[in-house]
Amino acid sequence: MMATAGAGVEVRLEDLRRSYAGVTALDGLSLTMAPGELVALLGPSGCGKTTAMRLVAGLEEANSGRVMFGGKDVTGLPANKRDVGMVFQAYSLFPHMTAQQNVAFGLSLHKVGAAEQKKRSGEMLELVGLSKYANRYAHQLSGGQQQRVALARALAIQPTVLLLDEPLSALDAKVRSRLRDEIRRVQLEVGTTTLFVTHDQEEALAIADRVGVMNAGRLEQLDSPVAIYSRPATPFVAEFVGLTNRLEGTVRDREVEVRGVRLPLVKPDAPNGPAIALVRPEAVSLGAEEGSVPGPLTGTVITVSFLGATSRVSVDLGGMTVLAQLPTAQAAAYPAGTRVRLAIRPDPVLIAREVEKAPVEA
Amino acid sequence: MSRSRRIKLQVFRATVFLLVGAFFLLPIGAMFEFSTRGNSVTSPRTVEAWTNILQAPDLTKAITASLELAVITSVGMLVLLLPTMVWVRLRLPQVHRIVEFLCLLPLTIPAIALVVGVAPIYHWIEINVTDSILILSFVYLIIVLPYSYRALDAGLAAIDIKTLSEAARSLGAGWGTVMFRVIVPNMSTALLNACLLSVAVVLGEFTFAQLLYFVNLQVAISYVGLTSAGTSIAVSLASLIFAFTLLMVLSFFGRPRERVARAEENLPGTESRVLPLRSSFIGVPDK
Repeated sequence: MMATAGAGVEVRLEDLRRSYAGVTALDGLSLTMAPGELVALLGPSGCGKTTAMRLVAGLEEANSGRVMFGGKDVTGLPANKRDVGMVFQAYSLFPHMTAQQNVAFGLSLHKVGAAEQKKRSGEMLELVGLSKYANRYAHQLSGGQQQRVALARALAIQPTVLLLDEPLSALDAKVRSRLRDEIRRVQLEVGTTTLFVTHDQEEALAIADRVGVMNAGRLEQLDSPVAIYSRPATPFVAEFVGLTNRLEGTVRDREVEVRGVRLPLVKPDAPNGPAIALVRPEAVSLGAEEGSVPGPLTGTVITVSFLGATSRVSVDLGGMTVLAQLPTAQAAAYPAGTRVRLAIRPDPVLIAREVEKAPVEA
Repeated sequence: MSRSRRIKLQVFRATVFLLVGAFFLLPIGAMFEFSTRGNSVTSPRTVEAWTNILQAPDLTKAITASLELAVITSVGMLVLLLPTMVWVRLRLPQVHRIVEFLCLLPLTIPAIALVVGVAPIYHWIEINVTDSILILSFVYLIIVLPYSYRALDAGLAAIDIKTLSEAARSLGAGWGTVMFRVIVPNMSTALLNACLLSVAVVLGEFTFAQLLYFVNLQVAISYVGLTSAGTSIAVSLASLIFAFTLLMVLSFFGRPRERVARAEENLPGTESRVLPLRSSFIGVPDK
């Protein structure tokens, strides 16, 4: 197997700004990627994540800010001089070329000899497990195979940075999951610093070393997948990543009180007054109304959704619906109509005001 | 479908085929018959009208000039139109409608009005630069625009030009490489169509040449027709056959290539998809 770029380089984005006809797409994005790191930019449609990637690729020009590869300022370089490999959301194989010719295309532009082109394109196809399909044209490959060839093509030129622009979104769920793992395997193998753009939170959390959640052109939080999920920095991140209960309560004395239950705050300096406590479904537990689970909240189970190992139970508390995520075996004890008591784990919670709702994903 | 219904359908198809065939072939047959008539009703058949084509120096000169004009116009059209249309699609999509309007405009202007417009310019060029018939290619470039634009536009719409060019750019390709190694090979049919339409328009053009005092193929045919109707018809028929041959060449080069993977990929158990066009692959989705 060939070694490609080996250890990647540091990639730094400094205060990148871009607007289109007065509409701000990117509002001061700053981000540093360690060599060989895979960072996923996650966010709803229109949050600026693809714009950020296109600025890194050189396919668009920033209004201001800098893009640095390994300490070198590449902001002014055109796309063909930046030495990036890119896989696009749309199928981008050149239809008149075979898979091998596609992979060799970039090599030929980099003045690699014909024999070396053949050798390296063969190795790249082997890396993505498509050696057998070297002589096939794009229309003879499935969507997943085309994206794997596109990945091989992007890596063949040993790019400084690998950019993946929602490469899995056109694929069905099963292929997507498999290819996601394969991309991660290949990326770890070649060690290229990689920026992965997606609107699929599961994809971002599964594949990335760090996830950057974007909203309205700004980076809301950049952290490890675990931290993004379990310690969201802002209400937007809490609501965009994973499911969140929005429970009406009141902030009082550095705590939020929800129906008599007092929960500590992530940011205790929040002003007193009405607020929405953001609570993960897995922080909610259920017990029979007269059972042993203590807690002042009681209600009726509305639905139970089977998700495999876990089930999601929806409970009506009278004017407020709360979701609880339980092991399926445990959830089976609470069919629809059962009276239950809820308990909320006293983890620090974020609060939101009524207007701060996560946008609906298109 | 019942047998009787199938037979009825076949009879209907055959009838339509024969009627349409007769519609096209009868006039051509009549032209051939006329061009091979002798001087009187009782005279035997002769190919004199056809041999006259080669022997008439003015006519061969006009044919050569028209062919040269066709080539220059086609090349000029491609050089002018293709990069413009690609650039508009990639960088200036907001002016797409304006470019389309400008390219289709010549269709709405009568040839005579165009001639009146360009005549002073041609007069100046003939006096100060050259009086070669090849300068007609400038005005021919304008009149082929609507047809070529439509053909190229269809070709560009058939490929995801933005993604392909961006993919090529990210791999290190300059704009020239993007154009010649990525875009052009993927719209060869559209390019050939545009060229064929240009050639057909130029070979059939009469008004501009006549009114600007140039002798191209159609003008020469009209002159020959004054002295020898048979030769005139023979030339017309020859140009029809030429256009037909071009069409055949186009359909040969322009048809989608049958891209069949090599034998080793067609082994039992290997994954592949159902291929368009006479494919023998067995469809199994991505593994």
